Amino acid sequence: MATEKITMPQLGESVTEGTISSWLVKAGDHVNKYDPIAEVMTDKVNAEVPSSFTGTIKEIVAAEGETLAVGELICYIETSSAGDMKATSDTANIETDSNESNEGVQLSDQSMKKRYSPAVLRLAQENNINLEQVVGTGRGGRITRKDLEKIISTGQIPTTSAPSAESNSTSEQEVVQSNTSKPSQVSSAPQPTSQVGDLEIPVTGVRKIIAQNMVRSKTEIPHAWMTVEVDVTDLVKYRNKIKTEFKQTEGYNLTYFAFFVKAVAQGLKKFPQLNSTWAGDKIIQRKDINLSIAVAKDQELFVPVIKHADEKSIKGIAREINELAQKARTNKLTADDMQGGTFTVNNTGSFGSVQSMGVINHPQAAILQVESIVKRPVIINDMFAARDMVNLCLSLDHRILDGLICGQFLAYVKESLENMNETTVQVY
Amino acid sequence: MAKNRHEELGLSNEEVLEMYKTMLLARKLDERMWLLNRAGKIPFVISCQGQEAAQVGAAFALNRSEDYIAPYYRDMGVVLAFGMTAKELMLSAFAKAEDPNSGGRQMPSHFGQKKNRILTGSSPVTTQVPHAVGVALAAKMEKKDFVSFVTLGEGSSNQGDFHEGLNFAGVHKLPVITMVENNKYAISVPIEKQLGNPKVSDRALGYGMPGFTVDGNDPLEVYKVVKEARDRAVSGEGPTLIEAVSYRLTAHSSDDDDRAYRNKEEVEEARKLDSIFTFAVYLKDLGILTDEIENEFTNEITSIVNEATDYAEAAPYAEPEEALKYVYEE
Amino acid sequence: MPVMSYIQAVTTALREEMQRDEKVFILGEDVGKKGGVFKATEGLYDEFGEYRVLDTPLAESAIAGVGIGAAMYGMRPVAEMQFADFIMPAVNQIISEAARIRYRSNNDWDCPIVIRAPYGGGVHGALYHSQSVEAIFANQPGLKIVMPSTPYDAKGLLKAAIRDNDPVLFFEHKRAYRLLKGEVPTEDYVLPIGKADVKREGSDITIITYGLCVHFALQAAEKLAEDGIEAHILDLRTVYPLDKEAIIEAAKKTGKVLLVTEDNKEGSILSEVAAIISENCLFDLDAPIQRLAGPDIPAMPYAPTMEKFFMMNPDKIEKAMRELAEF
Repeated sequence: MATEKITMPQLGESVTEGTISSWLVKAGDHVNKYDPIAEVMTDKVNAEVPSSFTGTIKEIVAAEGETLAVGELICYIETSSAGDMKATSDTANIETDSNESNEGVQLSDQSMKKRYSPAVLRLAQENNINLEQVVGTGRGGRITRKDLEKIISTGQIPTTSAPSAESNSTSEQEVVQSNTSKPSQVSSAPQPTSQVGDLEIPVTGVRKIIAQNMVRSKTEIPHAWMTVEVDVTDLVKYRNKIKTEFKQTEGYNLTYFAFFVKAVAQGLKKFPQLNSTWAGDKIIQRKDINLSIAVAKDQELFVPVIKHADEKSIKGIAREINELAQKARTNKLTADDMQGGTFTVNNTGSFGSVQSMGVINHPQAAILQVESIVKRPVIINDMFAARDMVNLCLSLDHRILDGLICGQFLAYVKESLENMNETTVQVY
Repeated sequence: MAKNRHEELGLSNEEVLEMYKTMLLARKLDERMWLLNRAGKIPFVISCQGQEAAQVGAAFALNRSEDYIAPYYRDMGVVLAFGMTAKELMLSAFAKAEDPNSGGRQMPSHFGQKKNRILTGSSPVTTQVPHAVGVALAAKMEKKDFVSFVTLGEGSSNQGDFHEGLNFAGVHKLPVITMVENNKYAISVPIEKQLGNPKVSDRALGYGMPGFTVDGNDPLEVYKVVKEARDRAVSGEGPTLIEAVSYRLTAHSSDDDDRAYRNKEEVEEARKLDSIFTFAVYLKDLGILTDEIENEFTNEITSIVNEATDYAEAAPYAEPEEALKYVYEE
Repeated sequence: MPVMSYIQAVTTALREEMQRDEKVFILGEDVGKKGGVFKATEGLYDEFGEYRVLDTPLAESAIAGVGIGAAMYGMRPVAEMQFADFIMPAVNQIISEAARIRYRSNNDWDCPIVIRAPYGGGVHGALYHSQSVEAIFANQPGLKIVMPSTPYDAKGLLKAAIRDNDPVLFFEHKRAYRLLKGEVPTEDYVLPIGKADVKREGSDITIITYGLCVHFALQAAEKLAEDGIEAHILDLRTVYPLDKEAIIEAAKKTGKVLLVTEDNKEGSILSEVAAIISENCLFDLDAPIQRLAGPDIPAMPYAPTMEKFFMMNPDKIEKAMRELAEF
């Protein structure tokens, strides 16, 4: 005795499921092989399904009216002899061995090391990369286009000639190479492997998108940087004076960041060159001033947008910063909240940073990092004074912007911040 | 007692019993294939049911050790008569490596077996007509005494290859017999929507050959007309067009539901003329098919069908890489 | 060695094969008494009789289909399509039947048929007497497509096609019939189907082409040689299946590859040749693979101005060769 399963057959070339219209047998009935046991209805045909075994119906599993996928169990049958009919050829389930050998990268084989594709040669020439010093990750040690793109995006470029000494005379400190990179270092190592105890974190979701955006920004946009130091002593005083009352009446904090955003918005109105985008054969100068603000949450980074920031009061900006931050923390940001940014203000000061070099939020033209406000001794009128100082660090797309205009913009922002005090500022 | 019609055709009692047995085997194999399909064991069936008399009657009128045939997909009766076995047909139904028709490459009922002179066929209909004419041309060129026999459905008679092939045969008086198995339906489309002139054999006039329409449910009538056609062919009188009218008792295929286009009564009416039944009655009336012989046939066929099924089901499929073989001569 | 025209080479091959093997026979429209509209079968009717040089009814599917049936039986039919343009009614027979007979029967049956057809333009044949149709059949495993470029190749390849146990489409350029003359041995010889042939050695640029265009490319190459540019010319001879090894070798030889066909450009034989080179020769290429072909319009127009615009000629090839050489 053996119990066998009868499953929903595939009735028709493209059919995937069938409905039991009626059972022609019940539990306990004896059936011969090929006796009809059920009527089944499909998209293409209605048919009597025969038993594949001789035996006694043990249990009806699928009810009348039930729709089942091809291959699903419809009933059990107790057969008189074990393995009455071996289902060697169930047409619905032909297994084929698809174990394709996935050969690992043979690191020792370097036969392709000096086979440079046209794409690799072009990138090497355009970025002055010494290919001799690059380790390829392709088969046979071939340097792939991706290998070079990675090197370019990290800025760790092994050049053919020794890097020129830091001899920048321009006001903005142009940095072609990160300070840590040494020409002798081979930048594109083979795929790192993890050691015992290391934690491997798959790169997915937002992390992956952040990674892609950052690589894109750093690969496409020639970054340059400049920093100004701002004395915000008066602003700090004023804000400290009104913050408690503000919180009580409005229900949210009046942060310094709102003042900075306001100042930047005004600066952009005066210097629209910074409120623009590189578009290949042209530069698009944006009319609207929509400021992206970076909001961090655990492993994620969001850049929601304060639209028309130049038309809003400090209070209005403060409220919007608060709302967007709340939304980010509760995963309620909509795509609309994050669209349309024309310039980014990044509150790096909230992490305690005093100096940083931001990666431009592609395809914008620049990003401003607002650093920590720190009390420092400053010489005023030849006397030391304790002042509240803050660094504003600007990263700029050097295709669109030059030092002169950015310097003027930063000077303007600096001046307006330094002049913010009880008498000049209108919070509402 | 019925009139003995087979004696005057030169057929012995043994021969007509053999005809009946072949028809019955075709029917039983076909029925089993439907069950296997409904049990989910084979993907596709396309039937001979209702056309066995025409198929077996015609095949028995041919020289089954010399003539060439170009059958179409319903011709299980023809290929059984020409030497293909039940086991071989089941291997084809299960798409197994041993299938002599195609080694599991083609759908079932795409017949072909060189040792039995069954030309390999395809799915686009009527392409086999010029092939049969080509074989007949070879017979004429080589001055050989064989004929070629080609079948098709009445729907397929509308294809250009029917016209081109028959006209070619007519021009060169080639020894080819074309039999249209008119089963009244081309899938769902009835003959009145397929044929401007419902009598296919009338077209023979246009091709310069004799044409006959016969009762496809009567194996003796089909035998007679094919036999005479063969005699003409080997004596250099050229081709013949035969139309054998019967009825398709099943849906077009296991993928078709015929209730959408014809009513049950019509099918039941046709079943009354089913040759498996009517020919048995004829043989019983003459006392040729006794109960004893009938039981013997039934038991023998049941065991043939069971053995064929079990063998084919257990047989191996072709290895995947076999798919790469025989594109060209190797 | 006697000098004969391309069409004489074809006729000679047919005659010799028919003398050698009684199973070989010709069927087609006007091939008998008339000897073919181009006279490719001239004299054969008288020599071999009506049934070995058979005038068929005007019905291309039957010419192919009856030939296929005879081939399955064991004959060696050589079917003629009067113009390649008129092969279309026979496409079902050629693709669904001839190409698949061995495969679908798991090697039980075979189909040793040759289908000859004159193709190509430059003869005021307009839309339906000028076409190149090889690309239609060049993705049908089971078929072989041969397109010879010289009288010598025509004889040796046609004999090979007739002796081949698989279906062969044999396309002859109708303008080459009487334009091209060359030395052809009187003795029996066959050339391998599936093998390309280097028609000129050179180290500066590689030209890969077939059919009449080989002749044009050779003419252009001589002009370039005057300026010290040496072209390497590979004649595909069999356009399906392609001789991949020869294509790769020729492409690697100079790294600058010009592909030439008289057919429309997109989806032509050249497209496949280019793909083979792309897959195999990345590190040997010194220039982008160039294709010189007919424009992508339905077919060659009748008016001489438009016909000339479409038709390949040595000047067009020379210009493309120079541009590639300078790259």
